[in-house]
Amino acid sequence: MDYAVAALAGLFLTAAIYLLLSRSLISMLLGLALLGNGINLVILVSGRLSRGVPPIAAQAAGVPLPGSANPLPQALILTAIVIGFAMFSFLLVLAYRAYQALDADRTDTMRLAEPKGGPRPPLSY
Amino acid sequence: MDAVMFATATAAADWVLILPVVLPLVGGAILLMLRSARDLQWSFAVAVTAGVLICDLLLLGRTLAAGPLSMTMGNWLPPFGISFTADSLSATFAATAAALTLLLLVYLQMDVPERARRDGVYPLVLLLLAGVGGSFLTGDLFNLYVWFEVMLIASFGLMVLGGREIQLDATVKYGIMNFLATSLFLLSLGLLYGALGTLNMADITLRAGQADPAVMAGIAALLLLAFGTKAAAFPVNTWLPASYHAPPAAVSALLGGLLTKVGVYALLRSLVMLLPASREVLAPAIALAAILTLVLAPLGAIAETNLRRAIGFMLIGGVGATLVGIAVPGPASLAGSAVYVLHAMLTVTALYLVAGLIEKASGQTDTRRMGGLYAASSPLSLIFLVLVLSISGIPPSLGFWPKLLLLEGSLDASGLAGAPGAPLDWWGVGLAAAVLLNAFLTTIAGTRLWAHIFWREGPEGAQSEVPNPALRPLTRRETWLGLVPTAVLAGVVVAVALLPNPLLEAGRAAARDLLAPQNYIDATRLGGMS
Repeated sequence: MDYAVAALAGLFLTAAIYLLLSRSLISMLLGLALLGNGINLVILVSGRLSRGVPPIAAQAAGVPLPGSANPLPQALILTAIVIGFAMFSFLLVLAYRAYQALDADRTDTMRLAEPKGGPRPPLSY
Repeated sequence: MDAVMFATATAAADWVLILPVVLPLVGGAILLMLRSARDLQWSFAVAVTAGVLICDLLLLGRTLAAGPLSMTMGNWLPPFGISFTADSLSATFAATAAALTLLLLVYLQMDVPERARRDGVYPLVLLLLAGVGGSFLTGDLFNLYVWFEVMLIASFGLMVLGGREIQLDATVKYGIMNFLATSLFLLSLGLLYGALGTLNMADITLRAGQADPAVMAGIAALLLLAFGTKAAAFPVNTWLPASYHAPPAAVSALLGGLLTKVGVYALLRSLVMLLPASREVLAPAIALAAILTLVLAPLGAIAETNLRRAIGFMLIGGVGATLVGIAVPGPASLAGSAVYVLHAMLTVTALYLVAGLIEKASGQTDTRRMGGLYAASSPLSLIFLVLVLSISGIPPSLGFWPKLLLLEGSLDASGLAGAPGAPLDWWGVGLAAAVLLNAFLTTIAGTRLWAHIFWREGPEGAQSEVPNPALRPLTRRETWLGLVPTAVLAGVVVAVALLPNPLLEAGRAAARDLLAPQNYIDATRLGGMS
């Protein structure tokens, strides 16, 4: 099971990197979203997967049953999902706003801050 | 049950460790609710920042007197609870960040358009301060990720506030590159947790040696890439010159003075203290990145005609200098890196502030058409010259001292200073040469900027002897809210440079703590002697 999820995470990351190499903003953003999901799978599998025993301790025992699931990766992933979602939605709105204002989705044509070719270096002295 | 919980609550005095984060977070939230009370916003933000500064200074005093300080949330024993741990390095950086923010709040009043003030520039500054303070003070790697994201989302807002087209363009590049970098950081966290089963920094320090070195080296490489991107080291620096000149100058100063330094701090903490064995494996890569950053960045500054872009390139050169201590960590070079970070925080912030005033007085961003500004404002030219000499490291300016330490450290590592005939370490030689070359090239870049902006009578070309009609003196408001804070900051740069001993001592102490983290580990009370 661990190996299958690890392979799946690898697949996610591969697709994410492919999308990130694109010049279209929308593809890059989709790549970032996919990257976040792949990373969450990595965190999940690095907590070691197990089935059947929830990580709940009986009041008297004080410690969970042996072989119970690891709850920490889920807390980490939940945090990462929330943060990643906020970032992604901000960037999505930003990309839309940039598309409206600059009329550009491709990074090649988005050269306001760094004009193409650039001015020649300063002369004299 | 008792083995996982602290028996006693955290002492009230220890709360100075968490207050520098809690205050601006709560303050930012309150300011958002007070959006309509526009007169209150500024004074409230100043009060909160002053409170943070006081807490940071108290914390600094305690860490200097009694060593690292730690508290763990929710009474859980570390490594189960999330620890905040501060040593003198993190406390110094946090205090400097708060002091700079306080100064920048004054400048912001003058620099930021009314629209940005209405849209919440002050809450965003407070949230940025919370993120920066949290990154410096946390003792848990996942918590560091959270603070990175807090810092990032606040900086997105600051960068795009005002909504000019160039800002949108810049924020797209800044946002995607930095979000990618923090995602890679998260990936390395996941792998680190899989390999060690802990994310507490002190615990990682203890356990990293027992793990598979190949796995740890892979994780360290990912961390290097992620933090290197945040710090803007070559070759992952391209987002910085593409974005830092777009927002108002005060925002550039805030981001340039604080954010990249957090990346360098994270590199120091994670590679030097947490994973020293893996750093050893990566040393050639770090040294190569340091050398290339040191040499290429000032060349970019020489070729640049946009003032704030040129300053951005000089800032990147400084990041290369801080990498020297990570490439060859000895007592001298690490102290050099720590002091350099502090120097860069002060000097780069001041340079961006001066640049903002220059752009106001000349009405443009292109250095080729700024000539003759000396006549319009001579104090401006003086401050600019002092700062330029400081960033290139001309003695006895502030930049000279850390570069001296870095040179000493890389010469120690090279073996040149040792017995004749001893084998040479070429990386050390290369680093020493690169530090010297960087100082030389940055001097050229900086003094040329000064000559073009202030010394030459008019704009470049045939008109260069004719006085420039486009210039105007600073207004009263710009002088009091802009020039005075900038002059104060430049005065601090000069004063610290003339009395460098406390700073150098603090740097050496920080280097000792990074190389032998026993005090740091003891402070967290791992294993539970409470």
